[in-house]
Amino acid sequence: MQLNKLNIDAARSAVQERQTTAFALAEAHYARIQQEDGEIGAFLTLCKERALEQADRIDRMAAEGKPLPPLGGVPVGIKDVMSTSGVRTTAGSKILGKYIPPYDCTAVARMEAAGAVVLGKTNCDEFAMGSSNENSAFYPVHNPRDLNRVPGGSSGGSAAAVATDMAVVALGSDTGGSIRQPASFCGVVGLMPTYGRVSRYGLIAFASSLDHIGPLTKTVKDAAIVLRTIAGRDPMDSTSADLPVPDYVAELEKRVRGLKLGVAKEYFGEGLDDEVRHAVESAIDKLKGLGCEVVPVSLPHTPYAIPTYYLIATAEASSNLARYDGVRYSYRAAGVKSLSEMYRRSRDEGFGAEAKRRIMLGTYALSAGYYDAYYLKAQKVRTLLTRDFEDAFRRVDAIVTPTSPTAAFRLGEKSNDPLAMYLADIYTVTADLAGIPGISIPCGATKEKLPIGLQILGKHFDEATVLRLAHAYEKAA
Amino acid sequence: MKVTEKDVAYVADLANLELSGEERVDMVRDLNSILDYIERLNELDTSNVEPMAQVSDRYGVDESKQGSERFAYAYREDVVEGLRKSLSQEAALENAPDADGTFFRVPKVIER
Repeated sequence: MQLNKLNIDAARSAVQERQTTAFALAEAHYARIQQEDGEIGAFLTLCKERALEQADRIDRMAAEGKPLPPLGGVPVGIKDVMSTSGVRTTAGSKILGKYIPPYDCTAVARMEAAGAVVLGKTNCDEFAMGSSNENSAFYPVHNPRDLNRVPGGSSGGSAAAVATDMAVVALGSDTGGSIRQPASFCGVVGLMPTYGRVSRYGLIAFASSLDHIGPLTKTVKDAAIVLRTIAGRDPMDSTSADLPVPDYVAELEKRVRGLKLGVAKEYFGEGLDDEVRHAVESAIDKLKGLGCEVVPVSLPHTPYAIPTYYLIATAEASSNLARYDGVRYSYRAAGVKSLSEMYRRSRDEGFGAEAKRRIMLGTYALSAGYYDAYYLKAQKVRTLLTRDFEDAFRRVDAIVTPTSPTAAFRLGEKSNDPLAMYLADIYTVTADLAGIPGISIPCGATKEKLPIGLQILGKHFDEATVLRLAHAYEKAA
Repeated sequence: MKVTEKDVAYVADLANLELSGEERVDMVRDLNSILDYIERLNELDTSNVEPMAQVSDRYGVDESKQGSERFAYAYREDVVEGLRKSLSQEAALENAPDADGTFFRVPKVIER
């Protein structure tokens, strides 16, 4: 048995049937990390002791013949923006370089309660701010398909870990595309659930009205299993919705024939790479062949999504990042003489260039005299963007688009041009702003063998349809 | 140019950042480039559009209720040991760059 090639069900049943052990699975994945991660850089911290303790718990259950929970023995990676009790959690930032949280993120706790074995914490852009993983304060992640290219961001470590079999699945977070875009660049599945579907308790906040937690996996079914595990109301997060969680796995096999798929011209315009366009168009043809009806829809405010996003996300970030003051748990500069100097120098030395840029833009947009022109204006356009989707979803069951306008770009290619980097999220930020769910699944590759992603967007709290379509496409492809 | 070096200094002050001379120059350039792009929002007439602060303003709430009643599910009793136990003093101080076992320690605030 190839221990690094298993999906969730195969891994769990191999442990259940005593064909292998959770311990051996964990060791096989650590061996893979040892072997591969030197040149990839997907992990920031490993927590072997915690992993092997959990593996032992699962192995004892299996030995006693007890039925294992849904993720029993499955090795997972956790993006380093999710708090793990006793395990360093940096958010990819120097300012949290030594931070050891005293509690667990709800999503992580739910994964472990379902039997998952947490191998370690995956690399990411600082505070999840970035589209290339080059903003990690520690080291960039390299795209496994081409080490000279970026893995996407900000959940680049999670995507690369899954793509290279260093973890069966990983959790990531998505504020403007940070799960779907790296999934697309690394050739894996990435699901952003509806806003409120998954608790963010213990997620280090970037932009609270936009932050989501979701899975990166090798198969759509694995994404459904993880979502079923982490979804649902959590009293510790007042934004988590009090709605029942469907059995996403059972829903996968429902037929897709007759579903209406919206295709919006705004997602196929200028800037879309030809190879990506062809791959996505043939994926849409394939869905048509499965009996879906393709319906043209219009999302006219799409060209305003990036400016809207960068005002709202930075305004919220400037407020969320104010807590890093060098007093309670963050980096403090040495040799400071006054309180004010301590704040300034600690933040100056602790934050990287992109975090500072966003704090500055957000503070500017919220400052006296500019609030109405920038922040309030963006909130109004956010309403318009959301209405676009509401109108479209009156006529269709899902919307299909490219995940990203291009395949993975080269390391360094956009790192000196913040605006060019922001435009990499042009097809993903809209779903974050509207709060709707979206998935990216592999749909072919460029001539240079770089993966291309198909994005499927759904109605609020209708992850089931998104997953069902993605599953049907995956089976047919 | 919308943002000058003086603006950058003012905003850095609000955000408790110092920024080196070089960083300030880069920041003027980057903020202007981004704000120029953001300018396109003014093409839209939003005079009759409600601002959207939260997705949950619109979804995942009890639609039959009005105002804050829509979020009734998020209410909880205000009790001392509510949803989770408070952190012990030791745990709360554990990550502090400087603490004396009882308090966080910071440079002197008031000069005598």
